[in-house]
Amino acid sequence: MKQATDPIIPAVEVTHLRKVYGSGHTEVVAMRDATLSIAPGEIVGMFGPSGSGKSTLLTAMALINPPTSGRISIGGKPVMDGPRALVDLRAFRREHLGFVFQKANLIPFLTALENVQIALEVNDTAPKAARKRAMELLDYLNIGPRANNLPVALSGGEQQRVAVARALANNPSLILADEPTAALDGPLGRQVMELFAKIAHERQAGVIVVTHDHRTLDVFDRILDVEDGMIQSRIP
Amino acid sequence: MNLAVRDIRHNAGRFVFTTVGIGMLLMIVMGMGGIYRGLIHEATLLVDRVGADLWIVQGSTRGPFAEISRIPATLEDRVRAVPGVAQARRFVSHTIQREHNGQPLRMVVQGLSWPEDHGDWVPLVAGRALRQAHYEMIADQSLNLPLGSSIRLGKDAYQVVGLTRGMVGTGGDGLTFFTVSDAMAIQFDQPGEATRLERAARRARVENMDLGRLQPLLLERAAGLSGGIPALAPPQVSAVLVTLQPGTDEAAVRRTLGTWPDITVYSTQEQKDLLLAGMVDKARRQLGLFRVLLIIISTIIIALIIYTLTLDKIRDIALLKLIGARNGVIGGLILQQALLMGAFGYLLAWWIGQYAFPHFPRLVLIEPSDLVSLAMIVVVISTLASLLGIWKAMNVEPNTVLSA
Repeated sequence: MKQATDPIIPAVEVTHLRKVYGSGHTEVVAMRDATLSIAPGEIVGMFGPSGSGKSTLLTAMALINPPTSGRISIGGKPVMDGPRALVDLRAFRREHLGFVFQKANLIPFLTALENVQIALEVNDTAPKAARKRAMELLDYLNIGPRANNLPVALSGGEQQRVAVARALANNPSLILADEPTAALDGPLGRQVMELFAKIAHERQAGVIVVTHDHRTLDVFDRILDVEDGMIQSRIP
Repeated sequence: MNLAVRDIRHNAGRFVFTTVGIGMLLMIVMGMGGIYRGLIHEATLLVDRVGADLWIVQGSTRGPFAEISRIPATLEDRVRAVPGVAQARRFVSHTIQREHNGQPLRMVVQGLSWPEDHGDWVPLVAGRALRQAHYEMIADQSLNLPLGSSIRLGKDAYQVVGLTRGMVGTGGDGLTFFTVSDAMAIQFDQPGEATRLERAARRARVENMDLGRLQPLLLERAAGLSGGIPALAPPQVSAVLVTLQPGTDEAAVRRTLGTWPDITVYSTQEQKDLLLAGMVDKARRQLGLFRVLLIIISTIIIALIIYTLTLDKIRDIALLKLIGARNGVIGGLILQQALLMGAFGYLLAWWIGQYAFPHFPRLVLIEPSDLVSLAMIVVVISTLASLLGIWKAMNVEPNTVLSA
């Protein structure tokens, strides 16, 4: 039984992360010394101008862009120590992370349902159970009636909701979203942001959203301002 | 969930057109194998069917199919006297090309040793075997000579009394069966004027000799029928076929015949080997090289198409990697597509071949073992063809999905 005094294990913890691209004359320091911690159930907005290092930090936490130095722990488990992986990154992403991008990036030859189902099947969920779970997620995101449509037949908002359903499929402890509302109009963008907040609070997942949309500031529990590879945290 | 099938369904047009192309190539590969089998079948058909234990041909030759063989017809009587020989038959075989109904007609003329051999061993699809010593023939259906029809060959007309199917010579020309004397008449037929000139020449030669001037009867003989001149060579045949008595030691008979310096003896298997080594081997190598080239071309086409299909879904592959799909899932997607392309191409090749091959001018014989070996080749080339696409997919970074 969980004790009230137990320390909360962060959804993600980044310590002194530094990322340098290139070397010599072409060296670019994208992230200088980033340290942050996101609690389970917390939704954090990451703001900053282009080239500030937001995407570098996000992709480092997504385990697809190894840092030059620093440590990353997800769900209390150390996963990166500098550029060195401490776990099987692909398996770890499969089991613990969910991703949503500016574009929905749905697989065009799979239906909405299958796009969610595939995320479950690659994590060894039996096809029948995966199908059932995928349908539940689509219903949860109010897109169940469009389950058997190919992405090309879905609107931008519908595609983004399918992408969210895919990100949620394996109950990840951390959801990373890179400008998920950039391709959506205002009301729809806000709807998606509120959906992330709901997911974070209901499912106790840490959610980090990179965005430029200041109209949705109120949705976030915390704001991270990224500039010149440095992070500052504030309450919206 | 089978990603390969779903992707194919999504790119159905490209997949179908490529598969049809692959299918046509594989059909040619299959057909060339069939042509080779057909060559062997046709080349050895007569040797197999004629039912001889030994073939006696002209000394130091590899006749009568691989090269010309001429031996005296009377040799059969000498052979009959050898212990262990049950039957000796004259064998005549030559190819002629004549005009029939305004069209060139090539046929292989086979002589049956009448009266022992009526052609009862010839597999007929209509009509009957020979019943008289002259002016009857058995023809293969490929010659388009209807049963009961007549054809003039030389000075005589021959009636078609029996029909065979698929009985052709090494060159693919239909076989015809006559009595040996008719076959020789066809072979050695010459115009009347040529005969008259030859007789005049003989008479002139004899007149120039003392013996001719002293013997008027000799002059008459020289100007008469060639058969009436004992000094001239007896009629020539291509070979003498020997059937041994049951239980006879073939080697012993061959040893006896081997002491005759004017002949060479071959067993049925040796005769087949001569045919295959001499006449079919080059065609086999030619067809074999074409098959290899076509298989390489098929592999390259499948590889390029699979590679293109892989490039088309490089972001999808990156996404699959990002969400944690194992290499087996991604590699399997590409490999399955290549195998499906090969499998459908193979089935299409087989299906089209069923309708196309019977219309080829020469026999295309598809053996089940050839179908199995080609199926295995298709599996191998499909697998090889997928390697380029798999290599590309394995090198895709998951963050490719983030690029615009």
